[in-house]
Amino acid sequence: MTGPFGFALALGDDALIAAQRLAEWTTRAPEMEEDVALANIALDQLGAARLLLSYAGELEGAGRDEDALAFLRDDREFRNCLLVELPNGDFAVTMAKLFFLAAYQLPLYTVLAGCADERLAAIGAKARKESAYHLDHGSLWVKRLGDGTEESHRRMQAAVDQVWPYVHELFAPDPAAPVDPATLWADFEARVAAVLDEATLTRPEAGWAPAGGRDGVHTEHLSFLLAEMQVLHRAHPGANW
Amino acid sequence: MYGNDFSAEDAPGGGLLGEVEAAEVALREAAERGRRVGAPGPDQDLAAYFAEVIEADQKIEPRDWMPEAYRKTLIRQIAQHAHSEIIGMQPEGNWISRAPSLKRKAILLAKVQDEAGHGLYLYAAAETLGISRDELVELLLNGRQKYSSIFNYPTLTWADVGAIGWLVDGAAIVNQVPLCRCSYGPYARAMIRVCKEESFHQRQGFEILHTLTHGTGAQKAMAQDALDRWWYPSLAMFGPPDTDSTHSAQSMAWKIKRFSNDELRQRFVDMCVQQAEILGLTIPDPGLRWNESRQSYDFTQPDYDELMRVIKGDGPCNRQRAEHRRRAHDEGTWVREAAVAYAAKRAEKKEKVAA
Repeated sequence: MTGPFGFALALGDDALIAAQRLAEWTTRAPEMEEDVALANIALDQLGAARLLLSYAGELEGAGRDEDALAFLRDDREFRNCLLVELPNGDFAVTMAKLFFLAAYQLPLYTVLAGCADERLAAIGAKARKESAYHLDHGSLWVKRLGDGTEESHRRMQAAVDQVWPYVHELFAPDPAAPVDPATLWADFEARVAAVLDEATLTRPEAGWAPAGGRDGVHTEHLSFLLAEMQVLHRAHPGANW
Repeated sequence: MYGNDFSAEDAPGGGLLGEVEAAEVALREAAERGRRVGAPGPDQDLAAYFAEVIEADQKIEPRDWMPEAYRKTLIRQIAQHAHSEIIGMQPEGNWISRAPSLKRKAILLAKVQDEAGHGLYLYAAAETLGISRDELVELLLNGRQKYSSIFNYPTLTWADVGAIGWLVDGAAIVNQVPLCRCSYGPYARAMIRVCKEESFHQRQGFEILHTLTHGTGAQKAMAQDALDRWWYPSLAMFGPPDTDSTHSAQSMAWKIKRFSNDELRQRFVDMCVQQAEILGLTIPDPGLRWNESRQSYDFTQPDYDELMRVIKGDGPCNRQRAEHRRRAHDEGTWVREAAVAYAAKRAEKKEKVAA
């Protein structure tokens, strides 16, 4: 991700794909309150995605608006991290993904709120408040599941083990970006370690670290997600909705 | 952002929203003037006191004495209403992942979230009558309590999302606005809040259809097809004709219901005809015509045999809707158990610290 366009696009894609996955939970959550909470977080992510993609379109200057960027790009053109496109799995996997994503987005948006680009700063200022809520919600469930029953502990540990390798991609150095992701690692690691400890969970050893999302080289899951998301828009070229 | 695209007269729901506000004012006034009669003493006639409160258009509150049948009727009605909000999330939720623009996706997601909120709010109102939410959910899951027949129809195209907003939420509002003046306080207050949001949803549905009917030929055809499929199921939402309605007379006497099924259905038809004209859509009823002497539209009644089949469980999606709800509940069991275990551990730790 190079330059302001690529940066805004990558962040917008993270938020958009995260929203799409979270919204899949609607009507399926373990309790009704959680249906409301997950839809709420999905809406926040979607809101941030719309601001970021609209701005990316302006920076690109090729006449693409938020919908052109969301619905008319193929998976090789998407710049989201792999973490957000992973399938929802069980509730523990979803909470592991949400927790890691929020622990990354909160310091990211916080730093962004002070950056020189006024538009990005405004987006960061709005989104960081929402991220703080997402992190709180994710942390609470990681603790509840980790330190709940034997069954929930087993599932939460399995979810952390499954998802952890994908966090490394989030912090790949990019000194030219408005916020260099590498500078966020210490904050992320401290937050994550504290919650995992309290949840009686162990952090996996460093090892396999899949990446490629920022270059448009995704997992096999993204194409299916886009096929569903884009089907109606693509079936009616040029239509207004 | 999307609320100002239509003038107040053109947009649906304008007059009804006024009625909701009037009901809210009446509710506040009733609370301010207080009851004509004081709370009854132990030796007083409770039934007479109850009748007097109803007669004076005051509200029955949770701690008041009430006839057992009044309590049971309200539990049944409020619970079915809550279940309808929860099951009703499914047909619309079906299109969140495929919504054709990001703006529409956000609006739809927010709407389905509102419905979950309405469900929670209504379960809380039902709980004031001495039954727990867990019991009510159990009654829904094992099929012993019903939800609105309309949610057993499938959403086959994006236009169905518009049709549900316009017609289904429209019918719901026509049904629910009089409930804002219902004699049971917690239900009346819930209805005021719910109707305001429903009115907003109906407007959004109307707007989806308006955009489609002013779009491409394929979009317009999609909108007409949705109206063709949703018109009669929406009319059937008002329940069987007055001649066959089992609960009506007593509910009217108790001021739970204020109008009969047929009166509300007529009101709904009269409201929709003009709106369909604005949309440029044709209501699929060759018998629909203005009746000068009644100052209302004559229309063809829905197929009540079909309504009965759907209510009894043989509609297109009954099995699917119930199975979806049961699966979410079953698959979430381990999560709810974890939350309980975690809360217990925390309480224990706090106790140890205190000791």
